[in-house]
Amino acid sequence: MINERILCAGFGGQGVMSIGQLLAYAGMLEDKHVTWLPSYGPEMRGGTAYCSVVVSDKPVGSPIVTGNATCVIVMNLPSLLKFEASVKPGGLLLINSSLIDKPVDRQDIEVYGILANELAVKCGIPRAANMVMLGAYLALAGPVRIESIALAFKKVFGAKAERLLDPNIQALHLGAEAVTGLRQQSIAA
Amino acid sequence: MPKSLMKGNEALALAAIKGGCSHFFGYPITPQNEIPEFLARELPKAGGVFLQAESELAAINMVYGAAATGGRAMTSSSSPGIALMQEGMSSLAAAELPSVIVNVQRGGPGIGTIQPSQADYYQMTRGGGNGDYRILSFAPATVQEGAEMMMAAFDLADFYRTPVFIVSDGMLGQMMEPVEFPERPLRTLPEKSWAAVGHGGSRKPNTIKTLVLDPGLLEQKNLRLQEKFTRIAATESRFENYRTDEAELVLCAYGSTARIVKNSIDLLAEEGIKAGLIRPQTLWPFPSSAFQQLPPTCRTILTVEMSCGQMVDDVRLAVNGRLPVAFYGRSGGIIPVPEEIVAHIKVLLGRV
Repeated sequence: MINERILCAGFGGQGVMSIGQLLAYAGMLEDKHVTWLPSYGPEMRGGTAYCSVVVSDKPVGSPIVTGNATCVIVMNLPSLLKFEASVKPGGLLLINSSLIDKPVDRQDIEVYGILANELAVKCGIPRAANMVMLGAYLALAGPVRIESIALAFKKVFGAKAERLLDPNIQALHLGAEAVTGLRQQSIAA
Repeated sequence: MPKSLMKGNEALALAAIKGGCSHFFGYPITPQNEIPEFLARELPKAGGVFLQAESELAAINMVYGAAATGGRAMTSSSSPGIALMQEGMSSLAAAELPSVIVNVQRGGPGIGTIQPSQADYYQMTRGGGNGDYRILSFAPATVQEGAEMMMAAFDLADFYRTPVFIVSDGMLGQMMEPVEFPERPLRTLPEKSWAAVGHGGSRKPNTIKTLVLDPGLLEQKNLRLQEKFTRIAATESRFENYRTDEAELVLCAYGSTARIVKNSIDLLAEEGIKAGLIRPQTLWPFPSSAFQQLPPTCRTILTVEMSCGQMVDDVRLAVNGRLPVAFYGRSGGIIPVPEEIVAHIKVLLGRV
């Protein structure tokens, strides 16, 4: 049974809203029940932006992900400080370690640091750090397939973004590879 | 047509076009701005008129004008903006002008906040406008349901010659969900022989006004309006039951809050506590009949709202003293989480 509750957070421009939408759209394409809810309200320039995404086999009640996130993706330090506590015990915390070097205090969750900015540069689009993080999440929790994300990409960003599809998909794969190695290590340990 | 992933606000806007909206007048306010944004772009393409008014007062009176000529006019706003439009709504109801008004509720009173709320229940069911009037008021809980209610709204408005409210909130408006737009069933609608349009002198001019100085005539008009409201109340009230069979506690919640309450009910079921939900889909007419069919197991009713307690009045009227009716609410733009409602219910039932 799938009941993923994901919170994506970062500063404005890091694409946290976009990866949330891609995830929700891909879930819809796979006939799952999905919701996407942005944070909105007064926020200073450079402040945190975040969205809640639910992907489930059952109709979604509350679309708000607060203290019960199965996964939290944080792209910058203020987001980590704000949402570390939101991961439910046993849940995932994915950290963009390119920008965050603070150690995580919690012992009851799975934590992965991903050098998202560097990996995005490798794909030729530095702005795709968000896609690296999404790829990492898909590899670990996998509520939707990468192919569905590719279909969703065209829907969410429109035809003119199609030339950016391949490097973005590459970013997903790099994110996935970055964490599958780490997970095997943690299981072996 | 395949499903799209859309914000509640955008889905309402597209549904308005599909429901036959011909004129939109409005003034910007958060959290409903995606509605005029979408319609500014798309309504003219569909042959309609989009006009940003200079104020809410202007917008609602433009709706009056367009509807008076037989147009299918709408506006949308949010709580304080709706407050400004109340005089116009009384006039629309008095003049029996078909129209659709969307309220994407935010926290109040006053200017309040831009965060979600349900504190406009009184405003949407009692009205701040003067006089004896009622307005058919729909309360969707999902983006899909909002689209369906909106697509039907213009037909209902024409059928009854009445304004129709769509009562949303900041959460439903901003969230994205899959939505599809099925073909609208064709409904036979009365001719708008009353419309104030050019006729080349072929008949007496139609006038649409609400001033009736003769007390006898005004009382007759009121009785005729009341007869219509009774007809609407008898035909249009709607509700959904969720897990009410054998429930010892029946909750009542609408819109966004109803979604959250469903989560709470599922959590309680995991602990062996049987709770159910009556979800009004129309706020006026309030689905009182739902409370005539409570399961014999039910000991208590709990109304949950994002307000300090408004719909609970109608629940108490419907229950009429047969069972205790409790209330739980959050306000100020705070959305309750399922777990806090569960905790409150356990205290209420003495199961802590």
